Amino acid sequence: MKLRQIAELLECEVIVGEEFLDREVKFAFGSDLMSDVLAYTEEETVLLTGLCNNQVIRTAEMLDLKSIVFVRGKSPTDDIINMAKEDDMLLLRTEHTMYSASGILYTNGLAGTSI
Amino acid sequence: MIIARDTKDVAMTKSFEVSTDDFSSAGIASSKIKKILRQIGIDSSIIRRVAIATYEAEINVAIHSLGGNIEVLIKSDNIEIFVEDVGPGIEDISLAMQKGYSTATKEIRELGFGAGMGLPNMEKCSDAFHIESKVGEYTAIKMTFNL
Repeated sequence: MKLRQIAELLECEVIVGEEFLDREVKFAFGSDLMSDVLAYTEEETVLLTGLCNNQVIRTAEMLDLKSIVFVRGKSPTDDIINMAKEDDMLLLRTEHTMYSASGILYTNGLAGTSI
Repeated sequence: MIIARDTKDVAMTKSFEVSTDDFSSAGIASSKIKKILRQIGIDSSIIRRVAIATYEAEINVAIHSLGGNIEVLIKSDNIEIFVEDVGPGIEDISLAMQKGYSTATKEIRELGFGAGMGLPNMEKCSDAFHIESKVGEYTAIKMTFNL
């Protein structure tokens, strides 16, 4: 699924990385626990999270995860945004909760990962 | 230095101090190691495993230890990562290696860590994993990644 479609389905605001909206992902992973993200995420995955600190960007960088959707309307600070810019990341924000956002993407065909 | 290094055939080595005061800077060493491996053309799936394991280790040092450092030895047929700290040590290593077991504080959990997956992840990602610890003195880890 293209990130552009994800952004539309979840009614997202693009925080940074608009030029990367044509990126494709095969999976989505929703979590607020970074250690679980490190343990279970595949490549070509979009991360859904409500955790808004710079370790989210660092975790994503380690895993080559290039796209993150902040749920529950969470807004990253400027230093988080700058870290993301340095690594060519796409950051989106949705007012949907983790549950609703996951459900919307899942019913539209985006698969999850198994652990 | 706690675990002996075998410096035969080492093409490159780098060492990084890990700060325990500034949690937001944790991950810098792992990020630099990842960039070095990319620059020298290591296979990307190996880089991914090294990055995950090193980052988990670096976070552990930042969260749980009294100070430590990470050293990478790049050899012709493998990469070795040494993570050593100056305490407080792990009382029961087999318990620490259990998925979900964590001694992280509430503050650390609020930051998204402390899920108890760090050490199991490191073992899973590496081709060889060695850990030793002495309470009140140190914890030392050696991870090997075959090329």
